[in-house]
Amino acid sequence: MLEISISKKLLGATGVIDFELICNFEKEEFWTIFGESGIGKTTLLRMIAGLETPDKGSIKMDGEVWFDSEKKINLIPQKRKVGFVFQNYALFENMSVLQNLLFAQPHKNISKAEEILEAMGLLALKERVPNTLSGGQRQRVALARSIAQEPKILLLDEPLSALDALTRSRLQDELKKTHEIFKLTSLMVSHDRLEVFKLSDQVLWLKEGKIFQIGKPKEIFLSKTSSSKFSFEGEILNIEKKDVIYVVTIGIDKQIVEVVVDESEVQELQVGNIINVSTKAFAPIIKIR
Amino acid sequence: MSELLNPTFWEPFGLTIKLAFITTFFLYLVGIPIAYYLAYTKFRFRAVLEAIIAMPLVLPPSVLGFYFLLAFSQNGFLGALWKDLFGHQLAFHFDGLVIGSIIFSLPFMVHPLLSGFKAMDKFQIEAAHTMGKGKFQTLLKVILPAIKSSLATGGVISFAHTVGEFGVVLMIGGNIDGETKVASIAIYNEVEALNYSMAHSYSLILFAFSFAILWLVYVKLGNEVKGSFHA
Repeated sequence: MLEISISKKLLGATGVIDFELICNFEKEEFWTIFGESGIGKTTLLRMIAGLETPDKGSIKMDGEVWFDSEKKINLIPQKRKVGFVFQNYALFENMSVLQNLLFAQPHKNISKAEEILEAMGLLALKERVPNTLSGGQRQRVALARSIAQEPKILLLDEPLSALDALTRSRLQDELKKTHEIFKLTSLMVSHDRLEVFKLSDQVLWLKEGKIFQIGKPKEIFLSKTSSSKFSFEGEILNIEKKDVIYVVTIGIDKQIVEVVVDESEVQELQVGNIINVSTKAFAPIIKIR
Repeated sequence: MSELLNPTFWEPFGLTIKLAFITTFFLYLVGIPIAYYLAYTKFRFRAVLEAIIAMPLVLPPSVLGFYFLLAFSQNGFLGALWKDLFGHQLAFHFDGLVIGSIIFSLPFMVHPLLSGFKAMDKFQIEAAHTMGKGKFQTLLKVILPAIKSSLATGGVISFAHTVGEFGVVLMIGGNIDGETKVASIAIYNEVEALNYSMAHSYSLILFAFSFAILWLVYVKLGNEVKGSFHA
C-alpha cells in the first residue's frame, strides 16, 4: 500500500496553489488522478517517483519510508522502484525495443523481457528502434519497459493524450488488459472522463490542489444530485429568442442539441455555462452546475 | 615541385595533425564534464564560468599567447611545475602547444556540447533514474548517444580550429623544427624569408585540407552543425 500525506506550494496558471493530499492507495488497484490541468496531478506522480520534493509530509510504500520531511528522509528516484510512463514516452532512441526493456530491468534477463513483449503483442517489433514505430506502438513499448522495471508501483502521466481517438480507445482496452495480467498498483493521470470511467477501480478527483471526490468511478461520475437517469453534461453554445420562447443550443460531447426554455429559466443562463441536461418525465430540465 | 618529395616539407603538417588529434582528444575529456555541469547544475557563479570559457572567442590570440608564455616559461607557475614533473618547461615545447590549444579551443568544444545537453529530452534522463541508473551510467548510456551529433560537431570544429590556429601557437611555441613548427607557422616563416613558392605550397595544401573538412561536415552532419560555427 502507498500511503501519502503531503503538502506543497505549486505555481499554477492561476497563481499559487496549496497542494494538499492525504490518501492511501491500495495494492493491485488501478487508480486515476482526475481533474483539470495545472492543479498538480503530474506533480503528484513526480513527487511519488522522487523527481520532485514535497514541502512537508511523508510518502510510504509498503511500510518503507520514501519521504519524510520531519525525519529528513528523501530517497532518490533510483531507490524507489517506481515505473514511470512519461507523456512523451521518453524511449531511448539509440536502443532497440528489446534493449530499451533490458536497460530498464534491474537484472538483465532476455527471456523475461521477451515474455513481456509477447504478452503485449510487441515481440515482432523487438529489433526496431523507437523512431520507426507509430505513436500507439511507442506508447505500448513505454508501458512494456516500465513493467520490465518490476516496479512496486506504476505511474502513468496522461499516457494516451498524444494519440488519436481510435488508437486511444484501443489502447485503453490494452491498458486494462495489461493491468489484469501484471496486477501492478497503478496511478494514472487523466482528464478524460470516459477513459477514467473505463479503466479505473478508484478515482481521485482533485480540484484546486485538494481532494474533491474519491471513490469508485460509478459513485463519482453518475450524478446523485438528480434522481433522473437520463442526464448529460454540456456547454451552452447559443441562446436565441423565438417569439415567446427561447431556444438554447447545447453541445454535449460530440452532439449538438436544441432545447426549448421559457423566459424565467433563460434569465440565469449564459453562453459558455457548463450545465446538466436531464429529463424527468418529458420535459428536459436545465440547471447551472 | 621537388620540395614536395622532401620529408622535412611535410613535417609541419604531421605536427599540425598530431596537435589537432591530441587537443581534440583532451577537449572531449575536459569539455564533456564542463558542459554537463553547466547544463544540469544550478550554481551562483555560472555566468563567470561561462564568460571565462568564452574568452578565447573575443580575445586577440596574442593576448592569450602572451599570458600563456608567462605561465608556461620555467619562471611561470605551470612551466615550473612541468619542469619538476617532466624535466622541461612548457613554453617552446609541443606539450605547451597542446595545453594552449586545449584552452584556446575550449569554447568550440563546450558550446556545441552545451546546446546538445540543453536540448536533451529531460524525461529520458528521469526515466533512466527511475530505472535505478546513476548519473554516470545515464550520461554514458543515454545522454551521450542521444547527443552524438553535438559530440561530432564539437570534435570536428575543435579539430579544424586547432589546425587553423596561428597567434597563440606562435607566441608560446616559437618556431622549432619538428617540435613546434606547425603548418600555419611554416607559412609565416617562408613568407618572412621571401620564399613565396614554399609559402604557396603550404598554403594551398592547408586551404584544400580545411575546405575538405568543412565540406565533409556540411555533407555529413547537415543543419545541426551549421549554427555552431556562430556559437
